[in-house]
Amino acid sequence: MVDRSAGGGEVTIRVDGRQVRVPAGAMLASALCNDRATQAMRRSVTGQPRGPLCGMGICFECRATVDGRPQVRTCTLVCREGMEVRLDG
Amino acid sequence: MAESAPNGYGPSVERHDADVVVVGAGPAGLLAAIAACEAGRSVLVVDENPAAGGQIWREATGQGPHPRARLVIRRVRRLGAGVLSGVTVFDGSADARVLRALHVDDPRRVLEIRYRELVLATGASELFLPFPGWTLPGVTGVGGLQALVKGGFAVRGRRVLLAGSGPLLLAVAASLKAAGARVVGLCEQAPRSRVRRFGFGLWRHPLKALQGVGLLAALRGVPIHHDSWVVEARGAGRVERAFVADAAGNRRAIDCDLLATGYGLVPASRLAELLGCAVDHDGRVLVDETCATSVDGIWCAGEPTGIGGVEVAMAEGRVAGSHAAGDRQRGALHARLLRKEQRFVRRLERAFALRDELRALPDDDTILCRCEDVSFGAVRSLRDARQAKLETRCGMGPCQGRVCGPASSFLCGFPRDRVRPPLIPVPMGALAVAGPSNTSKQRSNERSNETMETPE
Ligand SMILES: Cc1cc2nc3c(=O)[nH]c(=O)nc-3n(C[C@H](O)[C@H](O)[C@H](O)COP(=O)(O)OP(=O)(O)OC[C@H]3O[C@@H](n4cnc5c(N)ncnc54)[C@H](O)[C@@H]3O)c2cc1C
Ligand code: FES
Repeated sequence: MVDRSAGGGEVTIRVDGRQVRVPAGAMLASALCNDRATQAMRRSVTGQPRGPLCGMGICFECRATVDGRPQVRTCTLVCREGMEVRLDG
Repeated sequence: MAESAPNGYGPSVERHDADVVVVGAGPAGLLAAIAACEAGRSVLVVDENPAAGGQIWREATGQGPHPRARLVIRRVRRLGAGVLSGVTVFDGSADARVLRALHVDDPRRVLEIRYRELVLATGASELFLPFPGWTLPGVTGVGGLQALVKGGFAVRGRRVLLAGSGPLLLAVAASLKAAGARVVGLCEQAPRSRVRRFGFGLWRHPLKALQGVGLLAALRGVPIHHDSWVVEARGAGRVERAFVADAAGNRRAIDCDLLATGYGLVPASRLAELLGCAVDHDGRVLVDETCATSVDGIWCAGEPTGIGGVEVAMAEGRVAGSHAAGDRQRGALHARLLRKEQRFVRRLERAFALRDELRALPDDDTILCRCEDVSFGAVRSLRDARQAKLETRCGMGPCQGRVCGPASSFLCGFPRDRVRPPLIPVPMGALAVAGPSNTSKQRSNERSNETMETPE
């Protein structure tokens, strides 16, 4: 289980190769919403930009490739030091 | 309680079992766990979120558990219940009394969870209604935005417009304001007269009246529009402006960085349906006064039996947990409390009933199914969700119709479609180790949901 109450600290994740500092314990979808360089989290089947809708694992609009695993719902995942995120979905 | 078994496929299977297994660690599930522990049973709670608490008690990043949840969660642990967080149940069999689940962090790790009695406390999701521009990034659910903020999304200084219906709008607006957002407006589709009547009726529920007054005080300065709804969102690459209509026929533009819409909640009853529990045409799991479902050994509590909010969820959790553990006396006691709460729920439903104008929100080319980009026009004249699937792929994407399904029931009157396993897309390897189950009976003439490893 992940400790989300460790207040204060930061961890570094990589988003499409860029290093991004995020609050320790943040959910990945939330961290990506904070990242100004991330306009859209993914492209739809017809190429439209999309971002999170439900925030709770229902809609799959926040999915990304995380540590090589495709179609991960980023709103269900806590950021971890060194996490590799690819927004190519 | 747990044991791991290696197998030929690579992924491992973790086995768990308990007298009473509870799915969902929201208020309903946690109270059910406490009641079942107090009756002397072994109890295991599983939940998809990284921390216990469900929606209303969702833990905010860096703040530890919600204050009200803290005591409840501590009690659950003291009583010796197991709590597995970050675990999603995707399949199961009521005959074999087994559930299959995956770790969110590592979907190759499969869990097989055996139960004697099962309490389903899977909560609810929001009703999203499509309108032109609703797929733009920055347009979210109302509860969805709140969840993202609790997850660490910093909204300080951002202009937020909220639209939809029901008390959740007020609660979320207040919490966004507290987080530093500029709430530029709140559009409630219900007529002012109905909302006011509802407010006056609250004298019967002094605690709720007090909460309402507190919320309105917290929202001082926020423009609240009744009889109003968002008809369109526009922006280059993300939402920048929303258009709001009202019952008097006016239309005005409101600039915003975030637009949150939510038209109420939909029971999360898919797992119950998969296990064979009877539901009504709105997807509410049918239960008797002991919270027993139509399937032997399966109980249901909280939002899946009908949207009732946190007090009903807690009361039903106690009833379901007591009865699942065989404690009838206590179960009956809790049931009395529950009835009072249910009267409140009916008032709520009447006050915030959705208006017909909302059915006219989408154009023919507005996207209805966001997973497969199917337009409303392609689906509107079809017979049912099944025909929509076969002819347009509407509802065939990874969300499996959890967003477009409730929307198309509201817009087109489609009856509920049958639920098929797995409940979420699952890697091939995990399905293989999950072994014989409902999943393997899946029809092969439709693309299955096992496509996680193939890109779209
Ligand atoms: C997004 C959202 C935000 C809300 N915010 C508020 C609020 O601020 N104030 C308020 O009064 N009410 C809020 N509500 C209403 C809320 O439904 C109730 O107040 C209360 O949380 C209901 O409790 P519950 O135990 O029935 O369900 P929930 O609290 O929703 O708990 C259900 C739990 O089940 C888990 N679950 C579901 N399916 C599975 C599965 N297959 N496998 C594993 N776990 C599963 C979920 O992860 C969740 O944690 C919100 C609802 C939603 C949908
Ligand atoms: S935002 Fe809907 S699944 Fe993550």
